Amino acid sequence: MITIVDYKAGNLTSVKRALEALGIQNQITADPETVRRAEQIIFPGVGHAAAAMNVLKERGLDSALVEAVRGGTPTLGICIGCQIILSHSEEGDTPGLGLLPGVCTRFQVRDESLKIPHMGWNAVTVTRPHPILAHLHPDDEFYFVHSYFPQPENVENVFATCEYGITFPAAIGKDNLFAVQFHAEKSGPMGLQLLKNFAEWKPC
Amino acid sequence: MLSKRIISCLDVRDGKLAKSVRFVDTKDIGDPVAQAKKYYEAGLDELVFYDITASSEGRNIMIDVVERVAAQVFIPFSVGGGLRTVEDCSRVLLAGAEKINVNSAAVKRPELISEASRAFGAQAVVLSMDVLRVEPSAKIPSGYEIIINGGRTPMGLDAIQWAKRGQDLGAGELVVNSIDADGTKQGYELRLTRLVAEAVGIPVIASGGGGKPDHLYDVLTEGKADAALVASMLHYGEYTVNEIKEYLVERGIKIRMTVDPSTLLEAGRGRLTVKKR
Repeated sequence: MITIVDYKAGNLTSVKRALEALGIQNQITADPETVRRAEQIIFPGVGHAAAAMNVLKERGLDSALVEAVRGGTPTLGICIGCQIILSHSEEGDTPGLGLLPGVCTRFQVRDESLKIPHMGWNAVTVTRPHPILAHLHPDDEFYFVHSYFPQPENVENVFATCEYGITFPAAIGKDNLFAVQFHAEKSGPMGLQLLKNFAEWKPC
Repeated sequence: MLSKRIISCLDVRDGKLAKSVRFVDTKDIGDPVAQAKKYYEAGLDELVFYDITASSEGRNIMIDVVERVAAQVFIPFSVGGGLRTVEDCSRVLLAGAEKINVNSAAVKRPELISEASRAFGAQAVVLSMDVLRVEPSAKIPSGYEIIINGGRTPMGLDAIQWAKRGQDLGAGELVVNSIDADGTKQGYELRLTRLVAEAVGIPVIASGGGGKPDHLYDVLTEGKADAALVASMLHYGEYTVNEIKEYLVERGIKIRMTVDPSTLLEAGRGRLTVKKR
């Protein structure tokens, strides 16, 4: 059973529908206790990092998430969920959950033809094999919508990258925590494959 | 690098595909959900649904269509038509759409764009504009005028100025539909598309006039569009998604090539089989 964390962050139902199409049991919850007891967690999100952190705090979900991840629950962050697991985000200048050392930075694009937000399909290159990235091919593209990107302090926390003016981390993680900047739930068959990989993932 | 997107639109009336759309595969005639799924499996990058229903019952049927699409189609899609308030937009997004699409209602009440953008983020707000070529004037310096109500009412509003205003109000994307080119299959309005693309910093989707893959090439290069909307070329079965995409890739456009249909979800079994392309 995958527990989807509800913090008013937009794409919850998209994630739920994708899991249902895969035949994976899931529930949406805003209850911190349910998050603490979850078998697996998906932590999705669209929107603003500071606003997201505020809602998490209001609902007591920030500490529940931190405890669950530190306690070993397999957890997948998506988009904003990939950004606020870091120590800090430039968006709204807010501290993150601090589950992974690093910061979330705004794109500084010199080439004017590159628009912000980075929105659309882009290729993701696996730089470090991971069970959640299994069965992906070098040219597989995923759907991105974001103006900020995650930058873990340690390069060993980066598992895949993407090119947009610069090379930026598209998938990051550590131990039982994994997160993707793109919207796996809207990324066609390969996005579903990634969600399925997560559902089957047994971190050691 | 970001890929250029190939998008198609489906007009829906009372939960059925509008008559203007005829399909080769007779099995799917009339059902927008089946057609959307077919395009998803064929590798289309995004979909747009226009609800051309007049009645409020029709609107509820549309929400049901959106929910059924969202359960089977795992690419972004937007929904437009009859969205006048943030509540209207919210229903569509909760039903599973990624973006809302506003047109006439935003011209009549521009705050709709800023309200929706504040509520859902700019990435969820697409501003569509229907544009007609006119004599340049003090009011319409670009010679492109905004027309609303399905091409019937000229607004005395310059299309380039409206595009910039839409961006400032919080639109995250623009669909630029040329009424002159629409239905001609003679190619997109390249000058209009380029003028808009150069005036704004948000993605521009070209619409109207696409009749062959060559036209998409032109509008994605010379027209500086980020995406091209195709309708009849696909709907009438004149080209497949793959034929269009392969043509563009051969001519050096960055396009998302999709996996073999056999990699798609096996219904009911929750299993994906992935083969090398």
